[in-house]
Amino acid sequence: MNRKRFRRWKSNFMVGVMIAAVVVAVAPLLFILFNLIVKGAGSLSLGFFTRMPVPAGETGGGVAHAIVGTLLMVGMAALVGVPLGIGAGLYSAEFPGTRLAKASRFLADVMNGTPSIVVGVFAWTLIVARTKQFSALAGSAALAMLMIPMVMRTTEELIKLVPHSLREAALALGYPRWRTTVAIVLRTALPGIVTGSLLAVARVAGETAPLLFTALGSQFFSLSLHEPMAALPLTVFQYATGPYEEWHQFAWAAALVLILVVMALSLAARLATRGRFARHG
Amino acid sequence: MAESPPRLVTEHLTAVYGKFTAVKDVSLGFRANTVNALIGPSGCGKSTFLRTLNRMHELSEGGWITGKVLLDGEDIYGSRVSPMQLRRRIGMVFQKPTPFPTMSIYDNVAAGLKLNGRRPRGELDEIVERSLRDAALWEEVKDRLQASALALSGGQQQRLCIARSIAPRPQVVLLDEPTASLEPGGTHRIVELVFELKKEYTIVIVTHNMQQAARVSDTTSFFYMGALIESGPTRQIFTAPKQERTEAYITGRFG
Repeated sequence: MNRKRFRRWKSNFMVGVMIAAVVVAVAPLLFILFNLIVKGAGSLSLGFFTRMPVPAGETGGGVAHAIVGTLLMVGMAALVGVPLGIGAGLYSAEFPGTRLAKASRFLADVMNGTPSIVVGVFAWTLIVARTKQFSALAGSAALAMLMIPMVMRTTEELIKLVPHSLREAALALGYPRWRTTVAIVLRTALPGIVTGSLLAVARVAGETAPLLFTALGSQFFSLSLHEPMAALPLTVFQYATGPYEEWHQFAWAAALVLILVVMALSLAARLATRGRFARHG
Repeated sequence: MAESPPRLVTEHLTAVYGKFTAVKDVSLGFRANTVNALIGPSGCGKSTFLRTLNRMHELSEGGWITGKVLLDGEDIYGSRVSPMQLRRRIGMVFQKPTPFPTMSIYDNVAAGLKLNGRRPRGELDEIVERSLRDAALWEEVKDRLQASALALSGGQQQRLCIARSIAPRPQVVLLDEPTASLEPGGTHRIVELVFELKKEYTIVIVTHNMQQAARVSDTTSFFYMGALIESGPTRQIFTAPKQERTEAYITGRFG
């Protein structure tokens, strides 16, 4: 009887430890969010989303140029990075023993652990130094380089989770191998891959360092890929390090917008996945 | 057993994984419209043997064979035979139900049909209904054909897999322990179904369940350590086996 009580106590204790760990893990996030809302929400207005910045000393203005810049550069990076990442992940999951798969898996892991500023410097030497021009294109390239290994490894892990028995069932029906891979394996793993890709998009949307040497940032609205372009993280960085109190307010508000964009993407990832499962039971 | 021409024949079939010989020199024949049970202890080679019959074995790492497998007299390992086309003529159902999770019940059944070109919707509907009826599942799913295949119970999923494998009208259906992962009710229905299916198909079934083998099959073949020990009419194998090891296995003294 005594032993039973001790076991129960031990169980409760461990559950308590785990709950504490969850609280400690989530608390900073909630604190950041709370802080951002307190300091940033005051400066948010419709104009903040639709207007351009105004010269220092004047009040009002917005970060429309940075919102558009972030969406444009992240969108282009995703257009290149997601298909390449999925393709590479599919290859290394389908042909896991090949030298190419092993090498690319290793490189992707190294890349995933590389500080993003290194990728920024690399994109600088590759594009900016050659074209002698900071550009949105260089920024997109840097972001795409960050996305590819993330998407690749997620895809690979998710494809490996698809039971071998499903593959066999398709082959036993007379499916050719490529069709088994596309119609059964990739299709089964797709909700997870969509989630993983959206999370990768969300992550690079918040990257500052790789854009510092590439897109540079700008005070002007621009859609040209060959010119410097503003982005939300850069705007946060520039305003936060500036000398004016008004700028600091703007930095908080821009940071809040950035985190909202990232949260919206994560939420979309959740909904996209859940919708798919719900429809099928 | 009704006399009919042998549909599927193996001649000195040996199946190898890398350096391990899983099936040794097996010569067997299966007549059309019969149920043929393969029995034997785990690891005796009966599943590997089954997988050589639709060329699934060669997809395993290091898998290759010597000898011949003849389907209606044609060597299925011949250079002009496409394994993909062959597998549309020899269906297979696995131990665990394997419905395609992203597909509806309807699409699961139609999955193999779409491989040989597009068919008119009406024809597809007809084949799906017939296959589900033949698999004794139609009455349970006819009102929810667009629901996910995962919404079905394990036994229903297995019957769905049988429907999927017979939809392209194969000549032979291979069943690899189709009831091993099911509860008794589901098992019972599959066994009944196998008996019905032989009217149209030639069935080869691997099973661990002696009663099942005795009840549904016309012939029984006993495998041990990769070799075919004894094969014959089920009644004879179960009542008067010629080999001592067969008798020992059937009566449960080993295996």
